[in-house]
Amino acid sequence: MSGDIHALSGAYAVDALDGQEREAFERHLATCSTCQAEVDSLREAAASLSETVAMTPPAHLREQVLGNIATVRPLPPVVRIGQRRSSRRAWLSGALVAAAAIALFVVWVQPGRQQAPTLSAADQIIRAQDVVQVSQQLSSGATVTWYRSAGQGGAAVSIKDLPAVPSNKTYELWLQSPDGAMHPAGLLGGGTQTVALTGSAKDSIGAGLTIEPAGGSASPTLPPVTVAAFPKV
Amino acid sequence: MDRLRAVAGEGQEPSPAVDQLSSSLKKCARGDQAAFAAVYDLTSAKVYGLVLRVLRDPAQSEEVVQECFLEIWRNAGRYDPARGSASAWIMTIAHRRAVDRVRASEADTRRDRDYGAATQPIHHDETAETAEARLEARRVRAALDTLTPMQREAIELAYLGGYTHSEVAAMLDLPLGTAKTRIRDGLIRLRDTMGVGPR
Repeated sequence: MSGDIHALSGAYAVDALDGQEREAFERHLATCSTCQAEVDSLREAAASLSETVAMTPPAHLREQVLGNIATVRPLPPVVRIGQRRSSRRAWLSGALVAAAAIALFVVWVQPGRQQAPTLSAADQIIRAQDVVQVSQQLSSGATVTWYRSAGQGGAAVSIKDLPAVPSNKTYELWLQSPDGAMHPAGLLGGGTQTVALTGSAKDSIGAGLTIEPAGGSASPTLPPVTVAAFPKV
Repeated sequence: MDRLRAVAGEGQEPSPAVDQLSSSLKKCARGDQAAFAAVYDLTSAKVYGLVLRVLRDPAQSEEVVQECFLEIWRNAGRYDPARGSASAWIMTIAHRRAVDRVRASEADTRRDRDYGAATQPIHHDETAETAEARLEARRVRAALDTLTPMQREAIELAYLGGYTHSEVAAMLDLPLGTAKTRIRDGLIRLRDTMGVGPR
């Protein structure tokens, strides 16, 4: 395609690109935040045109529309580690998360309880007064719940029905530091288990789970099985 | 006419309806059906009006409007306020669906490539609109008046007509690449005149 690809932003914003041109521009958009911002702003302008053709629809349409959604579940929001869209270190794009079909429920602080000295490291985190948790449902059917206590300085994860991996592979846990880097936080196998992540999670902004070669890796192999952002308390 | 002069870099003060739409959409993400009814009531005239303008057939338009609102309900949690207004997010969904439907029907004789027929306005019932809607429409038309006639026609054919930029070029007798430039320039001008866009 000849010419300046950025010049397609206007046509794209009004859906006037088709076929190959549209695909090519969408590929470009994924890498060009300037164009994405321009497309967003031109869409605002274009949307205002609808004011000039607004027309009240037939009354029965309202009932149909409201009835249609009664049994449909809204999709969960896309999780982004660190909420930093423009960060090059953000290791997971929204598209990857969507592809993993993760359902996210954020539950806030658990009521505090007297901590018994015989609790495991994981349980101490889970029962900490300032714990936050993030629950997820994976497309494999496994459920993953992450816990983090800034006060305890630790994170834990509770997993149910994680599919087994071949013997030359392992699952690996990660903690994400505020600068975006992922730090190894332990290895685990499939199945159902609750473990504490190794390392300090006091300042961590998120955690993740990947599949790595047996023995683990120093940096994560993408795409991850799942990632979670710790909500700020 | 003062209202049209946008202060550089600043947007319009959001009206109460704009805030309500954004917060209602947020509630939809949590499954709040009453909030969804509010979203419908605030946007159905623009959605239906736009879809009807692109498709021209009322029966098909109703189908597409139903699809639009289903998509809006399902994806309400994916709306990102940092990227734009709730209204633009909704209208983007509506426009994309209308255009997809029109292009899918290959043998659709309603898509008249004759320029004259394509720009016949559909008579709409002004009494059905609220006073605020009429005011908004006047404001937009006044902003459109600041575009060159070619920019305005190119944008209206593309957005309201649902044509590709190549089709627009053919219909306006422009060289092939020129329509997309007119569209972009016109949208930029419209954006800046109305004071919408980058925050």
